[in-house]
Amino acid sequence: MTIQELESIRKAKGDLIKVRRVIREEGEKLAKKTGYRKQVLVCGGTGCTSSKSMQVIEQLEKSLKELKIDDVLIVKTGCFGLCSLGPIVIVYPEGAFYSQMTPEHVKTVAEKHLVKGGEIVKELLYQGTVMKDGSIIPFAETPFYKKQLRIALRNCGVIAPEDIEEAIAAGDYEALEKVLTSMTPDDVINEMLASGLRGRGGAGFPTGRKWAFAKASAGDIKYVCCNADEGDPGAFMDRSVLEGDPHCVIEAMTIAGYAIGAHQGYVYVRAEYPIAVQRLKIAIDQAHERGLLGDNILGLGFDFDIEVRLGAGAFVCGEETALMTSIEGHRGEPRPRPPFPAVKGLFGKPTILNNVETWANVNPIITKGAKWFSEIGTETSKGTKVFALGGNITNVGLVEVPMGTTLREIVEEIGGGIPNGKKFKAAQTGGPSGGCIPAQCIDTPIDYDSLISIGSMMGSGGMIILDDSNCMVDISKFYLEFTADESCGKCTPCRIGTKRLLQLLTKITEGKGEPEDIQKIEELASHMKSSSLCALGQSAPNPVLSTMRYFRNEYEEHINEKKCAAGVCKAMLNYTIDKDKCIGCGLCAKNCPVNAISKTDYVAAGHKLPSMAIDSAKCIKCGACLANCKFHAIERK
Amino acid sequence: MEQCTACGTAEQLKKLQAVINESRETPGCLMHILQEAQAIYGYLPLEVQKTIAEGLGISLSEVYGVATFYSQFSLKPKGKHRISVCLGTACYVKGSDKILEEVEKELGIKCGECTADGLFSIDSCRCVGACGLAPVMMIGEEVYGKLTPDMVKGILDSYREEK
Repeated sequence: MTIQELESIRKAKGDLIKVRRVIREEGEKLAKKTGYRKQVLVCGGTGCTSSKSMQVIEQLEKSLKELKIDDVLIVKTGCFGLCSLGPIVIVYPEGAFYSQMTPEHVKTVAEKHLVKGGEIVKELLYQGTVMKDGSIIPFAETPFYKKQLRIALRNCGVIAPEDIEEAIAAGDYEALEKVLTSMTPDDVINEMLASGLRGRGGAGFPTGRKWAFAKASAGDIKYVCCNADEGDPGAFMDRSVLEGDPHCVIEAMTIAGYAIGAHQGYVYVRAEYPIAVQRLKIAIDQAHERGLLGDNILGLGFDFDIEVRLGAGAFVCGEETALMTSIEGHRGEPRPRPPFPAVKGLFGKPTILNNVETWANVNPIITKGAKWFSEIGTETSKGTKVFALGGNITNVGLVEVPMGTTLREIVEEIGGGIPNGKKFKAAQTGGPSGGCIPAQCIDTPIDYDSLISIGSMMGSGGMIILDDSNCMVDISKFYLEFTADESCGKCTPCRIGTKRLLQLLTKITEGKGEPEDIQKIEELASHMKSSSLCALGQSAPNPVLSTMRYFRNEYEEHINEKKCAAGVCKAMLNYTIDKDKCIGCGLCAKNCPVNAISKTDYVAAGHKLPSMAIDSAKCIKCGACLANCKFHAIERK
Repeated sequence: MEQCTACGTAEQLKKLQAVINESRETPGCLMHILQEAQAIYGYLPLEVQKTIAEGLGISLSEVYGVATFYSQFSLKPKGKHRISVCLGTACYVKGSDKILEEVEKELGIKCGECTADGLFSIDSCRCVGACGLAPVMMIGEEVYGKLTPDMVKGILDSYREEK
């Protein structure tokens, strides 16, 4: 492919993409030029695919055929972000946002909306876009989208990721063209430095500096790697970028190759992400066919190629040296640093490794300039951050906000608050390496440094919202179970430290905690932080330390009063029967697996049979009695 | 050494050898070969690991070391229907531990085991990325979301009927 061909694709398909980016009136004018009266975008991300969006597409195709409609374009896109309401279907130029679609629903939409002169089917729309007076607002105006600024996710949910022409028309490969035609490797690095972009994988190391180090390293063979081993459970930002806009990663890696003098790239991606892997492979093949990857890219004399390597389920492989060891085909154990990968990395050669979201920021920085980028965000954290919002929150999904947005804006406005009348208790960020932001810090602006100052960390972007039904001791135990399980075993502080820490936490949640355990935890944690080989062990105590900092009373309650206020830690629960509510039917006793329930001699006023009682010494707290009582006479405290 | 009769057909062996020959020159190919081998056999019996070690000219301990390091590789056979309950954070805070308990109770086996009839095996996993549907479990490639414990029996029954 030549630059002229690139330009002609942009010209031919640019309007098609633009219809999806502009307001309705403008879109309607543009749509006439594209030849498609309407465009129907169906989410083909993992979330919506799991809620059967492929069947929605099938039905849509069938319906259009039956109705003999041939001027409506169906586009299978990546994630729109609002995963809990999937499958999502958007119709342009109106920007009508249909949620929780079934094949029947989409049939109705085809018959009533997509036909000529059709109208939006209001009752099937995402109700957040329908106002009380019946008017419809564009989805970009809803609280979930309004506060977002989509830079890394600019093309996710906008283009068909399996069609390279859509990617090109949406702006992918524009930065590569600019770099190869008008910038020297030093120009590229200086631009990255000036942008202030910091690594989005968690540690926040300045990307430009990393590239500068690798460029300065001697050697004719160097490598560029992409970390797509998104191991933090509950985080799915990188997956969504790969599923929604894989070309932006390919382009950015090629640019980095040019900047540091590398000709080979590797993407290390979780095998648990089949859709992402498949789309990435399709994208690489298409880029090859079009001469945007491989030898003599765009006919401009630069060679670069990318290979995909699949992970096999090891959290530690998200650590840079472990990831490289794994690409080399070994057990994914970390190596001591220095030497840093920029000097001696993959196969012993100078290597840079950035995560997917970091790569996704490269194109806008190059095309729009470092100055534009550095004006977004805070003093020390530039640009935006993508979060995977999950847990006990109304709008579960993917959000991208400028650095410095407060947690309150994310939880209450974008996230739509806590469902079921529960109260916000804390947000967990940074996964097993991070910590909790408690309710009293809800107005903290979110950036790298302020999160560290309150004892959490940015992490890769998982944000799990906890409410008062979650026990903080149990949550720390959950994370320690994870890190103990995932510790690679190479160094002692991590291998044994995580086990011991988990034992202490288990002891506390089982109601056997002793007052000195808190001090033991703190001591052990400080040793693990200072002496573990890699970030996994160094940060494994973080979830415990941060919950102890803000929810110390919960630990003390568990230890001193043997009480779990959230009612999560089973061993501390007590089941009792309200003798005045109990009618003595005996259903609880019949269902008790350990015969801990028997008749008393108390007959409540108005009842014929004596009430039942639970022998707490025999009770195993399985909850079978509570589940079977029809009279709400059993209490769990 | 005794001949392993239980682990595979001649056809499977042929496929495995083709994979080995195809990728032996690629640096760091062991993981890829193990992944392909698991796709061919369903798991990684010792005989298969030996074949790979011989094919690549490396020691069996190296192959075994890699096979046991990564959680995706299994040295034991799995059920016809592989159940994988997500215990990632988003699912956990929405009660996926109770889903796992219910599956274990319903099948009478523990996580990591396979039923005697070979129909089901249970594993836990860390995040399939469908956090919007939490809590979720996967059976084979199928994702079941927004689960409650009382939905488990019905879902398993549909696989039992299908056999």
